[in-house]
Amino acid sequence: MARRGYGGGPADKSRRVLGLLVLASLTVITLDARTDSPLDPVRSAVGAVVGPLEDATATATRPFADAGGFFRTNKSLRNDIATLSAENSRLRGQVSTEPLDRQRLAALDALTRTASETGYSLVAARVIAMGPVQSFTRTVTIDAGSSAGLAKDMTVLNNDGLVGRVVQTTRSTATVLLIIDTDSVVGGRLGTNAEIGFLRGRGSIGDSGRLDLELVDNAVTPSRDDVVVTWGSKNGVPYVAGIPIGRVESVTSSPRQSSRLAVIRPFADFSALDVVGVVVPKGTRGDRPVITEGGAR
Amino acid sequence: MTGLKDATLVAVVCVAVIAQAVVFRFVSVDGVVPNLALVVVVAAAISRGPQFAAVLGFGAGMLLDLAPPADHVAGRWALALVLVGYLAGLVRQDARKSPFMAVVLVGAASFVGTSLFALSGFVLDDGALPVAETLRVIVISVLWDLMLAPFLIPVLLWGIDRLQPLRMAH
Repeated sequence: MARRGYGGGPADKSRRVLGLLVLASLTVITLDARTDSPLDPVRSAVGAVVGPLEDATATATRPFADAGGFFRTNKSLRNDIATLSAENSRLRGQVSTEPLDRQRLAALDALTRTASETGYSLVAARVIAMGPVQSFTRTVTIDAGSSAGLAKDMTVLNNDGLVGRVVQTTRSTATVLLIIDTDSVVGGRLGTNAEIGFLRGRGSIGDSGRLDLELVDNAVTPSRDDVVVTWGSKNGVPYVAGIPIGRVESVTSSPRQSSRLAVIRPFADFSALDVVGVVVPKGTRGDRPVITEGGAR
Repeated sequence: MTGLKDATLVAVVCVAVIAQAVVFRFVSVDGVVPNLALVVVVAAAISRGPQFAAVLGFGAGMLLDLAPPADHVAGRWALALVLVGYLAGLVRQDARKSPFMAVVLVGAASFVGTSLFALSGFVLDDGALPVAETLRVIVISVLWDLMLAPFLIPVLLWGIDRLQPLRMAH
């Protein structure tokens, strides 16, 4: 019959095809699992085709996504008012009781000022695609690529704080590994006592998107609500120094572990990323305007 | 003419992959979006059988593995979707009879596919989450696919069936 001719065929043949395809997949996995993958050119070739398509789709669908705001119900707005009033009273309490915070703020201020004084140059970009969580990696695509001066291992941030780093570029798009990914390790520094440590992502987003901070010096206890900023590495690769990452939410220590673990709540909202800035070297020229000197802060 | 038919299927897979990364991120549940590429592969399995679905699964999987923003080891989705396509093709007789069974098949395929992908992640130590978290992601993903299957499967079956008789005429 018609179907036998094409799809079904003898079971033997179909099993042979299955065997071949499984073998092909395993070969690809083996090749790509190496650090210097021979598949990288293929990946960027696919990216060069799919990236612009994603960009066009994002541009076409953005108005519909924004329209979602109109449908927020009266009830949810009322809830917002209740939450905000509660928060307001809590903040009022804090203002009157904590001169200690001022000291903290001064230290933090000094740190963030260094960031704006060193004058990072930023290229602004928008998020156009998000890697599905069922792929178990936390990545997004942004609509600026190598033609805008972007390259691997550049810092990505937004108004709230550190977002991630560029892991791959095509001509017009770039892939960003978010700091909440399990593969991401960021050097961090505590705002109050300048102690350093490493932040690792947990891989989940939304309200449970958290980072684990492991301090190098286990004699130091991070205090709650302490701010963590990037520690920075040589030449700002992959992270430049002084970018706020998040706030200490809780501290755990077990006798077995040599160092203390702090849970960090990131400043950036990873479920609603839109406009981001990519830190580029000074004097970068590309097809996009480069924001320099205190534009952001 | 055959080239045109194949191009149509490739386009459908492309649309599925792009839609799940670009459009569905606005309605994602904790970042989990419906796996449209997998639904297309299952529809192909119901319509054309295991061999065709395995080939399509390989193609769709490689696209999922290589298209930005993917950053995991390439070949993992390909492996998962090849097996999903083949297995779904083996039990397609039941799914062809009733739309309900087709939806159940999509749910089962989604569970098997996402689990296989997660398993390969554990084996390769590539972006593996704790087990509880992984299970949560798999459950949300299955629910998503079950929710969309009643709308997508009839359309896809109609489309893929329509591509076939013309091909046989040549």
